[in-house]
Amino acid sequence: MLAYIARRIVTLIPILLLISLVSFLVIQLPPGDWVTRQINTLKLSGIQVDEGEAMRLTKMYGLDKPISERYLTWMKGILFDGNFGWSFQWNQNVNTLLAARIPLTMAISIAALLLSWLISIPIGIYSATHQYSTWDYIFTFIGFIGLATPGFLVALILAWVIFATTGFSPLGLNSSQYLDAPASWGKFIDLLKHLILPLFIISLSSTGVTIRVMRANLLDELKKQYVITARAKGLSELGLLIKYPVRMAINPIISTVGWVLPGLVSGEVLVSIVLGIQTTGPLLLRATLEQDMYLASSIVMILSTLTVIGTLISDILLAALDPRIRYGGTAK
Amino acid sequence: MSVQTVPNPQEVGGPIPQNEVNALEQPEAVRDERFYYASQTELVWWRFKKHKIAMVASVILILLYLSAIFANFVAPYSTDARWEGRQQEPPTTIHFYRPGVGITGPFIYPVSRKVDPKTFQFKFIPDTSKPIPIQFFAHGESYKFLGLIESDIHLFGTGLGNEPVHLFGTDDLGRDLFSRTFFGAQVSLSIGLVGVLVSFLIGVSLGGLSGYLGGIVDEVIQRMIDFLLSIPTLPIWMALSAALPRNWSVIQTYFAITMILSVIGWAGLARVVRGKLLQLREEDYALAAQAAGASKWRIITRHLLPGFTSHLIVSITVSIPGVILGETALSFIGLGMQPPAVSWGTLLQDAQNIVAVAEQQWLMIPALFVIATVLLFNFVGDGLRDAADPYSR
Repeated sequence: MLAYIARRIVTLIPILLLISLVSFLVIQLPPGDWVTRQINTLKLSGIQVDEGEAMRLTKMYGLDKPISERYLTWMKGILFDGNFGWSFQWNQNVNTLLAARIPLTMAISIAALLLSWLISIPIGIYSATHQYSTWDYIFTFIGFIGLATPGFLVALILAWVIFATTGFSPLGLNSSQYLDAPASWGKFIDLLKHLILPLFIISLSSTGVTIRVMRANLLDELKKQYVITARAKGLSELGLLIKYPVRMAINPIISTVGWVLPGLVSGEVLVSIVLGIQTTGPLLLRATLEQDMYLASSIVMILSTLTVIGTLISDILLAALDPRIRYGGTAK
Repeated sequence: MSVQTVPNPQEVGGPIPQNEVNALEQPEAVRDERFYYASQTELVWWRFKKHKIAMVASVILILLYLSAIFANFVAPYSTDARWEGRQQEPPTTIHFYRPGVGITGPFIYPVSRKVDPKTFQFKFIPDTSKPIPIQFFAHGESYKFLGLIESDIHLFGTGLGNEPVHLFGTDDLGRDLFSRTFFGAQVSLSIGLVGVLVSFLIGVSLGGLSGYLGGIVDEVIQRMIDFLLSIPTLPIWMALSAALPRNWSVIQTYFAITMILSVIGWAGLARVVRGKLLQLREEDYALAAQAAGASKWRIITRHLLPGFTSHLIVSITVSIPGVILGETALSFIGLGMQPPAVSWGTLLQDAQNIVAVAEQQWLMIPALFVIATVLLFNFVGDGLRDAADPYSR
C-alpha cells in the first residue's frame, strides 16, 4: 500500500510541473500584456501616454524579460516564498486576493460531490435492480435532465424564480445587511441559505453522471455468473446485492472522482460567475479579459493542482478498497 | 449446459421485435434462420428500434439538424434584419379563431408599440380589425438555398415586409429571435459534431495504442490523459479563448473554439478505450487468438474492438452535448463566439441578468433548445447502449 502511494506521488510530480507550465503559457498567449492593454485603453479615452512612461511601467512589472525568465521567477517565488506574484488589476498580492476564495471554491465543489453521491448511488441501485420499470424510467429521465441542463442557465432561471416568488435574492454569498457585519449566527444562516442554490445546481450534472454510471455498472455486474451462483445457493436478494455486485459497481464510482471533480470545479467557476458568488470564478473571468497574468495563472494552477490532489486521494481510496489495483494492476 | 457457446435463439432473440420477424406467420425454423444469419448491425438495429424514446429522439434530432442546414428556408427573416419600433416585442400570438368569423387558418393581428407612462415599459397593442393570415411557403427576403439556388420562399411568413411575425419575440435591437435561434443552431449543433470527430480521432488512436502496446508508450500517453482529465477544463478554456484575437472572422473563431474544446476533450474517450482494452486483453478469447498466431492489429480490430463498441458509441454520443455545452458556456460569458456571429450561446448573452429574464422571458428560448438537444443526444446514447450491448437481455 505504501509503495503504491509512493509510486502515485512520484508520478504526480511531472503532472504538477506540466500544470504550472500550461497555466503560465496559456495566459501569456494573447499578444500584448497588461501594460500595453492599459495604455491602449488610455489612448482610446483620449489621454496621451508618453513612450518613456510605458517603458518604465513595463520594466517595473518585469514584462520586458523573456517568458522563460518570467516563468522561472514566478515558480521560484511560489516554491520558496509561497508568493504567487502581483495582481496588476487589483494592485494587491495574489496571495491575499485568493486566500479566501480558493478554499471557498474547493469547499463548494467537494460539498457538491458528496451531495451528488448521497442522491445518486441509491437511485442508481434502484434503477439497475428494477430495469425498465416505471421508476427506472422516471429516475433515468431525471438523471438525463441533470446531465443535460447547463448549470449556468438553471442558475439564472432558478435565481429569478426564487426572487420572483419569495423576494429573497440568492445572488452573492451574503444578503446586503450582513455584508460588512461581523461573524454571527445570523450571518452564518444567511450564508447557508445563499449556498443551497449553487450547491444544488453544481451537483446536478455529477448526479446525472453518477446515476448513469452506477446503473450501467450494476447492470453489467448483475448479469455475471457469480450472481446466479449466489442466488442458486439461496442468498437473500438484498444481502446478495449489497455484498457483491454493489461493491463491485461502486469501485468505478470512486474512480470517477478523478473526472467528476474537475467538472465540479468548472461548474463552480461558471455558476459563481452567473450568481455573483465571490469565489474564484468572477475573479478569473476578469483576470483573463484584462490580461492580469499572475492572478489568472495562479487561479488556473491552484485549481488544477488541488483537483489533481483530490484525484490522488480518490485513487488511494480505490486501492484501499480494491486489492487488484493495490498489487500493481495498473502499470506492468 | 454451457450458456456461452450455443445461444438459445429463444432466449437471446427475445428483443427482436415481433413486427420485424412476425413470429405468428413464419414457421419457427425461418425465424431462427433469420436470427442466425443477421449481422451484428442488424441485431443492434432491431434492438435499437425497440427503444421507443431513443427512436423518437433520433427523429427529432435529425429534424433539428435538417432545420439548421436549411435555416435560410425555415427562418422567415435573416439574422440581422431589424424592425424599428418593434424592439423587445414578446412572441407573436398565432390565432385560429376570429370572433364573428369562426375558426380560420392561422393568422396574426398587427401590433403597435406604446410606452406605458407609469412603468416606461413597452406595451404592444394588437389591432383586431385587420387580421393578417400566416402564409406557408411565403415570399420574403431572397437567399441562396444551400448556397446554390437563388430563392425567396420561406417555410412561413406574412408575405408583408412591414407586418412581421415574431414567433419567439424580438431582442433589444428588434431582431427576430426565431430566425436567430435557427441560424444559431448552425454553429451550436455543428460544433458538437466537428468537435467530437476531432476528439474521437485523437482519442481512439492514442487510447488504442496505449492500451494494447503498453510499456513506455502507455506510460507517456497515460500521463497526457491523466493531465488533461485531472484539470478543470473551464478555466483553461476561458484562458485559451480569451487569447483569440477579437478581429478574427467568424469562421476562424469557430474553428479555434472547436479546437480548444476538442484538444482537451479527447482524453475522456482515450481513457475509455484504454481501460476497456486492458480489461478485454485478459479475456480468454483474446489469449486464444494470440495463441492461434493472430497479429496484434487483427486481435484489436476483430476481437477486442467489437467488445467495446457499445462503450465507444455511448461515450461519443455523450460527448457531443459536452462540446455543445462548452461552446454555449464560453459564448455566454463572452469568451466564445463573438457577435455578430450567432450561436445559442451568443443569443443567451442577452439573458445574462435577472432583470432581463424577468421582463423578457422569451430571451431564454435558446436555452430550451440547448437543453433539448443535449437531452436528445443522451436518449439516443442510452438507446444505443442497450442495443449495442451483446449481453443485454
